[in-house]
Amino acid sequence: MPGKLKAKIVAGRHLPVMDRASDLTDAFVEVKFGNTTFKTDVYPKSLNPQWNSEWFKFEVDDEDLQDEPLQITVLDHDTYSANDAIGKVYIDIDPLLSSEAATVISGWFPIYDTIHGIRGEINVLVKVDLFNDLNRFRQSSCGVKFFCTTSIPRCYRAAMVHGFVEELVVNEDPEYQWIDRIRTPRASNEARQRLISLMSGELQRKIGLKVLEMGGNAVVGYLQCFDLEGESGLVVRAIGTACTLEKLSNSSAAAPPACNSPSKDIKEPPFSEDPNPNTHSSGPSTPLKTQTYSFSPSKSYSRQSSSSDTDLSLTPKTGMGSGGSAGKEGGPLKTLLRQQTQSALEQRGASSSRIFVRTREFPFFTLTSFPPGFLIHVGGVVSARSVKLLDRIHNPALGNTRSYKLLDWNSFAADEPETRDAWWEEIRQEIKSHARALGCHAVVGYSESTSICEEVCILSASGTAAVLHPKFMQEGCLDGYSDPSRLSRQPATFSAGSEKGEFDIFPQSKDSSAALGLEEPSPPSCGFCHIPYDELNIPFPAHLTYCYHCRRQKVPDVLFTTIDMPAEAAVTGKGCLIQARLCRLKKKAQGEVNATAISNLLPFMEYELHTQLMNKLKLRGMNALFGLRIQISVGENMLVGLASATAVYLTALPTPGGIQIAGKTPSDITYEQHISNMQKKINDTIAKNKELYEVNPPEVIEEVIGSPIPEPRQRSRLFRSHSESSDEVSELDLSHGKKDAFVLEIDDTDAVEDIHSLLTDTPAPAGFYSCNTEIMPGIYNWTSGLQMFTSVRVFRLSNANLTNQGLNKIFNDLCENLLKSLYFKLRSMIPCCLCHLNFTVAVPEDELIQVAVTAVAMTFDKDQAQENWKLGADKTHMKAIVENEEQLQFPLELCTESPSTNPFSPCRGTGLQESANAHATPRAASVDYSSFADRWSSWIELIRLKAQTIRRGSIKTTSSLEKASPLPEGRSRSLRSTRSYAGSTVAVVKMTPLSFIPGTRIIKYLGIINMFFIRETTSLREEGGVSGFLHAFIAEVFAMVRAHVAALGGNAVVSYSMKECVFMENPNKNQAQCLINVSGDAVIFMRESELEATPAPPQTSCSGGEVTT
Amino acid sequence: MGKMSVELDVFVGNTTIMDEEVYQFWLDGYTVADAVRVRMEGGVLQECEASAEVLHSDTMDQFRTFQMCERLLHCPSKLANQLLFQIPPHRQAMLIERYYAFDDAFVREVLGKKLSKGTKKDLDDVSAKTGITLKSCRRQFDNFKRVFKVVEELKGSLVENIQQHFLLSDKLARDYAAIVFFANNRFETGKRKLQYLSFQDFAFCAVQLINNWTVGAVDNMVEDMDVDLDKEFLQDLKDLKVLITDKDMLDQHKSLVCTALRGKTKVFNEMEANFKNLSRGLVNIAAKLMNAKDVRDFFIDLVEKFIEPCRSDRWTAGDIKLFLTHYTNSVHILDTFKHQVVWDRYMGVVKSCILKMYHD
Repeated sequence: MPGKLKAKIVAGRHLPVMDRASDLTDAFVEVKFGNTTFKTDVYPKSLNPQWNSEWFKFEVDDEDLQDEPLQITVLDHDTYSANDAIGKVYIDIDPLLSSEAATVISGWFPIYDTIHGIRGEINVLVKVDLFNDLNRFRQSSCGVKFFCTTSIPRCYRAAMVHGFVEELVVNEDPEYQWIDRIRTPRASNEARQRLISLMSGELQRKIGLKVLEMGGNAVVGYLQCFDLEGESGLVVRAIGTACTLEKLSNSSAAAPPACNSPSKDIKEPPFSEDPNPNTHSSGPSTPLKTQTYSFSPSKSYSRQSSSSDTDLSLTPKTGMGSGGSAGKEGGPLKTLLRQQTQSALEQRGASSSRIFVRTREFPFFTLTSFPPGFLIHVGGVVSARSVKLLDRIHNPALGNTRSYKLLDWNSFAADEPETRDAWWEEIRQEIKSHARALGCHAVVGYSESTSICEEVCILSASGTAAVLHPKFMQEGCLDGYSDPSRLSRQPATFSAGSEKGEFDIFPQSKDSSAALGLEEPSPPSCGFCHIPYDELNIPFPAHLTYCYHCRRQKVPDVLFTTIDMPAEAAVTGKGCLIQARLCRLKKKAQGEVNATAISNLLPFMEYELHTQLMNKLKLRGMNALFGLRIQISVGENMLVGLASATAVYLTALPTPGGIQIAGKTPSDITYEQHISNMQKKINDTIAKNKELYEVNPPEVIEEVIGSPIPEPRQRSRLFRSHSESSDEVSELDLSHGKKDAFVLEIDDTDAVEDIHSLLTDTPAPAGFYSCNTEIMPGIYNWTSGLQMFTSVRVFRLSNANLTNQGLNKIFNDLCENLLKSLYFKLRSMIPCCLCHLNFTVAVPEDELIQVAVTAVAMTFDKDQAQENWKLGADKTHMKAIVENEEQLQFPLELCTESPSTNPFSPCRGTGLQESANAHATPRAASVDYSSFADRWSSWIELIRLKAQTIRRGSIKTTSSLEKASPLPEGRSRSLRSTRSYAGSTVAVVKMTPLSFIPGTRIIKYLGIINMFFIRETTSLREEGGVSGFLHAFIAEVFAMVRAHVAALGGNAVVSYSMKECVFMENPNKNQAQCLINVSGDAVIFMRESELEATPAPPQTSCSGGEVTT
Repeated sequence: MGKMSVELDVFVGNTTIMDEEVYQFWLDGYTVADAVRVRMEGGVLQECEASAEVLHSDTMDQFRTFQMCERLLHCPSKLANQLLFQIPPHRQAMLIERYYAFDDAFVREVLGKKLSKGTKKDLDDVSAKTGITLKSCRRQFDNFKRVFKVVEELKGSLVENIQQHFLLSDKLARDYAAIVFFANNRFETGKRKLQYLSFQDFAFCAVQLINNWTVGAVDNMVEDMDVDLDKEFLQDLKDLKVLITDKDMLDQHKSLVCTALRGKTKVFNEMEANFKNLSRGLVNIAAKLMNAKDVRDFFIDLVEKFIEPCRSDRWTAGDIKLFLTHYTNSVHILDTFKHQVVWDRYMGVVKSCILKMYHD
């Protein structure tokens, strides 16, 4: 009985009138946790009741504390009939379980009803007393901190990065249970909300357990999603990166020392005492390069260990020899691991060995931005998709197994052959093999997603292949392939080089295998661009040149990645958002036929999306993409693909060639003329774009536009392998001459259309920039204007006989118009940048396309010169690094504590303008090295394709290892003391999808916000139609998020995202339903200016360890 | 075209975005299409390279936002406490102030009328007559009625009550006080002869009446209402009748005034000839005020009994002021007249009102 939960119901306000006769309400409240329920007295005849109840006390296990939400129901007392429910509040108490988060939850919460929306507010006070629990069979993971933020949270440093954690839980969807036929929509919605809340709680707890077993104390880049599989069930899954975080101690703004100790039993030994000596020698001795570069269709070894699968693999298993061999080793090993995993709970002793293997199984990182020195090279984007058939509930073969009790997740058979788990594992294996092919041992910026239509499900995963510095990680965390031991043995010293911030990190001897491509220290501003793969065995047709920045290493001509741009990267000009958009019609079909059709379409879609991206990139005169996210959504009669990325000109990479149009067979003059007109238009556009984005490479190498080189095949002649001696640097420049143009052949009308659409992308209006990464490369001086927004549009295609072209145009216009609307809406903020523009497409019904966007508009100061900033930044950065190194004996600190705190890309400019200590900027990064990637051109596409498989499986399984934790609604605990906003005024809560707020410092993380809501209406017209309905719902969701954050004592949500927005309507019945899932990190921030004024912010005082012990 | 239609289109900001111009269109009862047209004519399109579609989407969205806020605006104090929309305080103040603002043309039509369903039904006539959209008329009417209902029964200062409950600016709260006061006492303002008077003329008079003729006016200690006239005072006004019924007193009063004005005004002769008529007019108005029905005619009586005769004799405003000053003060010299206090309380207001109302 390790915990006592206490709740007090203070008052209500703005309650709805429940008694028409008196225009008043007789309200009382039920407070429920687990199976215990308390009630307040009835407060008669008032819309603003003052219950001021006693403290209701629940004595519970910490396991339950993690899984269950506190459920508060407000009712109207009715003497003669059943009491009417007014609405509910679910409070996630998880934040109260961590010593460093909040200490109390207190505030006004909107009372929410799934049919009526928000109906008044209730003031609640919640506290938790935890007792120490030394139970070694603990099922709970209280105290493990979760962050949605995909970088090391400011105000922490990462002592160790342990690696990938994943988990999923499955249940039947209450909406599809038989009982749903007889219960009210409200009851059904509430059952669903509660179930998902419980499942997320459980999921989080299980992941927490894994983290503890790995020796970590936090999960960063936590990404939780749910899949509504209809009749076949409900899956809640999550991935994240396990870390050991330490609170920065000496930061003036941070908590006093007392706060740092995670307190409690869960505290993990620091990396130095790493429990597993990691004998990676015993690890799977993967065949090295041979296999790596073969690029065999990965499918071949995708662990189809359970041969019983009813799996039809659509891709030919044409595995090459080497690939096959990998498969043999991979498959059985993994199965073994799984089993180990399952038993790990009981046998704690086994855990360490398990961790080792397990983590090395998937050297994936959900982080998108990294501490300096972490990222050495970037190889390029790797992705995999797979088409699966969901099992139907009537499938006789599975009929029995499905009927387990609600919430009884542990009852599933562990050896169930087909599980969602296995599906994902397959995909991850594939991703891993792609990364290897690129000479990389890790995948960063990793994410997973699904698209479901009826019984077909597309599983997608993508990330960026990379070479990381092993010193940051627990050994074994990386893929064995790269032989971490070799690297880690080397002294991790780096010499601070020139003042410019060129650091040389851990000099390394050249590895004969050349796998890492590290030899000479590379400057941080270009090191990550250097190729990690062996140029003799380039996995795809690439065009390599010597780095334009350091001239020492080879770089590809184009680089695509899913991560944020490293802060230290050298860029020329500003970046911009690029989108590739595509629709493909498909016939309606069922079952396997349908899945096959989809599988067949996917490769073409990926190819075209890629081509579009490449064209648009060239059209902007740029050479790299960051934050690439490709979404392919499936509908009954079409597939919709949307790729978004932020394009930049990396100084280290060669100037892109232009785009040349080649007519097919020049027949007549008008045609020629037409071609040359188009060519001219394209050239003009490129020239205009260069001006617009200030892309003026320092050394003008050649006139790109004027001299497109017609023969594309020419590339092959570049660079044979040389021994790479630095002498050759001089030779290098020659390569400029051969920059070849990207050739577009116009051989049919499609191509003409494509070119047209290429040219119709209108640039953002003057004063606007946009990007889908955290911040815009090239803008540093952010000011305080901030506006987070969500916009949703649904389009109905009314004409049945659309062509692909017609559809494409519609979809393209849709996205363009949406962007234009956003610019118009936000025009008062100019000059400003729309950051983290996150588009999500869906095909909710036959002829509907839904696009949802969440982003933040941030103002910046146009005039401030970025140079200052850079200078200052580099200096501080150096200083920070040096200091840290001394103090910590750890190579680098993940997070500098200099005033502006973030070493990562974000807020660069903030320090500058907000305060005198401008130099404190983030720029820290200078150390990285990395190489990057390639373009995943058609090659990788091919590879991906292979990933498609159809498989059918049953749903219910989970890879469960442990138990769950709850996480319904807000969370909290924290310093009441800071809340100046007592009384009636509502505290302002900022929301942003970014991990920081310009001009401020995050001084405390209060816990993760992960909320799920359903809203339904049977009076759609009366609520203003679908738009009115959704508008109100989204506003309500924002309101509930803000209220929970405020109740935790916070004043902002960072890394906010709307992960799900499922909208369904039935206008004929005047009905609509919508599900929304949002998440983020609740924080307290202070303005930099305030920080200077107040050396010891009030917050710090309270939070200490008192809670936990 | 025609191949696609927007089924749903929403934009929600964490801070609610509101364009003041669009808000005004919404308040003025424009349809979305009309608002879009006017905005296009206003040149907003050039501002941000927008298209008509973009403008339409933006307008729809904002109209919807305003509609959702409307419920809160009905009780402005809720706006500050609600959680649904995050709106900075100065924007909240703007929203409220504009929502409660009204058109002079409209208010003149309903000033002094009972704020009842019947009146509301006639709003389409008002709309047709004033050119203000029916929707806007309804909003304004409902605002009057809402404010009226809330403060009707409250004790204390009318203006302060309105300010406190509706968070209005000082100026607007005063105007509402006038509207409530007129509605409560049902002053006739619609007669043709009163058409030349603006709302501001009446609002000025209302302030005079509220400050001088209500219970709260004389005794701040009495926590009474500002909306009702002081009954006792109205009773006492009967006593003033002696000024016209007592022939000696009437003559004496006249001669005092004439003495004072001789040579000081060009309309002396007309004044002298008309003195008794004018005086009877003013005193009779006072004497009748105890009847609620005659209270309603207060302004029309002032016009008919005093302003019109003067106007036809071409008195200037200066003449009026001079006359009323001496007319009031001379009474103090009449030894036999015992009601100086009531007289001053009455004439102070009447004089201010007439001066305000004496224009073209």
